[in-house]
Amino acid sequence: MKGPSLLRTVRLGVSSLLLHKLRSLLTMLGVLFGVFAVIAMLAIGEGGRVEAIERIRGLGTQNVLARSVKPREDFATGQQAVRVINYGLTEEDLARIEQTFPCVQRVVPVREIYEEVRCGERAMNPRVVATLPNYLDVTGRKIAEGRFLADEDERRVANVCVLDYDVARHLFPFASPLGKEVKIGGDYYTVVGTVLTRLRQKDDPAPAGQGTAEVFIPLETGRKWYGSMQVKLRAGSREMEEVELHELIVEVAELDNVMFVADAVREMLERNHPQTDFEVRVPLEMMREVEAQGRLWSFVLGAIAVISLVVGGIGITNVMLATVTERTREIGIRRALGAKRKHIVTQFLVETVTLCIGGGLVGVAAGLLSPWILELVLEKRAIVTPGSSFLAFGISVVIGIFAGMYPAWSAARMDPVEALRHE
Amino acid sequence: MSSVSPGTRPPVAELERVTRTYRMGTNEVHALDELSFSFGRGEYWAVMGSSGSGKSTLLNLLGCLDRPSSGSYRIDGVDVSTLDDDQLSELRSQRLGFVFQSYNLIAQLNVLENILVPLFYQDEPPLEAEERARGLAERVGLGNRLEHRPPELSGGQQQRVAIARALVNQPALILADEATGNLDSHTALEILALFDELHAEGKTILMVTHEPDVAARAQHVLRLKDGRVETVVRDQNPAPAAAAASSR
Ligand SMILES: Nc1ncnc2c1ncn2[C@@H]1O[C@H](COP(=O)(O)OP(=O)(O)O)[C@@H](O)[C@H]1O
Ligand SMILES: [Mg+2]
Repeated sequence: MKGPSLLRTVRLGVSSLLLHKLRSLLTMLGVLFGVFAVIAMLAIGEGGRVEAIERIRGLGTQNVLARSVKPREDFATGQQAVRVINYGLTEEDLARIEQTFPCVQRVVPVREIYEEVRCGERAMNPRVVATLPNYLDVTGRKIAEGRFLADEDERRVANVCVLDYDVARHLFPFASPLGKEVKIGGDYYTVVGTVLTRLRQKDDPAPAGQGTAEVFIPLETGRKWYGSMQVKLRAGSREMEEVELHELIVEVAELDNVMFVADAVREMLERNHPQTDFEVRVPLEMMREVEAQGRLWSFVLGAIAVISLVVGGIGITNVMLATVTERTREIGIRRALGAKRKHIVTQFLVETVTLCIGGGLVGVAAGLLSPWILELVLEKRAIVTPGSSFLAFGISVVIGIFAGMYPAWSAARMDPVEALRHE
Repeated sequence: MSSVSPGTRPPVAELERVTRTYRMGTNEVHALDELSFSFGRGEYWAVMGSSGSGKSTLLNLLGCLDRPSSGSYRIDGVDVSTLDDDQLSELRSQRLGFVFQSYNLIAQLNVLENILVPLFYQDEPPLEAEERARGLAERVGLGNRLEHRPPELSGGQQQRVAIARALVNQPALILADEATGNLDSHTALEILALFDELHAEGKTILMVTHEPDVAARAQHVLRLKDGRVETVVRDQNPAPAAAAASSR
């Protein structure tokens, strides 16, 4: 730029701003909060998205999950005090799926056992899962200590168990549980390992309040000691449920085939189950939904935050208009001494942009700290992406330019003679 | 300029049938009415006239802050009526110096920075700008006040800063509007002495005043009435001019 260098114009602008420290500070606060809000909102959106995806990934993106679901209540049998309900997936289903689809790598059956788990005085009600050693691989769970169930345990129908971290910590708060005994229902099991706790899910099979705590035992052992008949106490009545398998985890070899296999499995089960006593869930599909939902959320949250930034910008316009009126005389003097209109425009624009950059930088700094604040206050995971910081800062500068444009132009447009006469 | 005969000095500012009309509702006021006049190089003029006679209007026109409604005005040979806003600004920053009644310094700038403002807006400011400004501050007796801000200075000191500022771009014409109007008589005399010095150095000065004492210090007096020339008195007191000339 010809004439005054930008550096000198900026210095001049800063010294004008310092003339009204409180006013400048308050104006900057508007931008600061706006930028902070943009970053924090996007961080919440991103945190939620990542968390949801990790949860779903815990179910295995290459898996198709078939679960037994109790069919609708049948009123005719509702009168009896003791009744038996037989429903759900069967060993037959397992064999059929394994044989029919070549692109299915393996199918892991899961049985759930409703028994209390105790160790001395300590007791809890985790989800007791009877399953095969493959379970670990298929679900991508991580071993914390010791080992997972082995083929050997299955063959020997061994009384061994693997605890997840929550159960281990609750039952053995002071020592490693490895090699110790726990009582599941009426039998004793030796702990051979622990795994990391599964992340909580919205539609978790475990009843609310019981968390996601899990204990694993060999499938055969479960079948031998607990049968397929389970007693559930309900208000005033006893209810017997007969469920062969609670869940089938179908692992597909190729990611591209997941949706196809899901549809085919659903169709096959429908053919063999006249009453709808199962459901098929696809983590991959859930993940895609979460991704799309996350984008929408980020957009909504971001838009709200940008609005607050725009409000900050309007505040700046307001203050700058007042400043221009207040400094009419100065504008007249500068014009008389040779300032062109563009010099006046630049002078005031530099001031607003400086305010915005100042507020924006502090806002970005605060935004970078936002995950820490949000996790402390909301106990929500938040992740700041570099993109959101740049975006927020960029928007604040653009808003600064727009907010300053009208005041700067109205300053430059003044008639020098009139401006000089202004008191 | 070579065509001008050596005996006559070429005019710095030349007005030809200049009219400046203000519209007040339906009726028009001719603040200047077909005024023709020229101010020669190195001359020191006092412009007098009763209130509303058009003095300020004339000064604004001469200072390129305003343009004539009709007629032509040339400064340093440049016809102003054809120039746009940017070019007028450039003219002001290069050829004009202003001294105002109320000093009009910029409060947030210190003395040195205030003096530098006209150079701040030049496309190619002189390299020795700051040296020049320091020299001028020294010259008006404020060499030891460079870091002070206007509110910390007396009225007389502020007006000295304003004069230094008016000189920093080495203008062809210095325009002063009631430059001593806000000062007590003692300080006013000091400021007038400064103008005498500038005149003696060959600067062209035009001072609007309604005080006869002040006008008496000038070389020539132009008296306006209703936007026209009423009287012109040339070389009203040849002695100071001669004295100044001989002292060089
Ligand atoms: N901005 C303006 N709008 C309307 N009329 C004006 C304006 N400026 C000056 N005038 C009129 O022009 C005439 C000359 O004014 P001015 O040059 O200020 O006189 P002086 O400075 O000699 O007192 C006066 O009648 C005044 O009312
Ligand atoms: Mg006047």
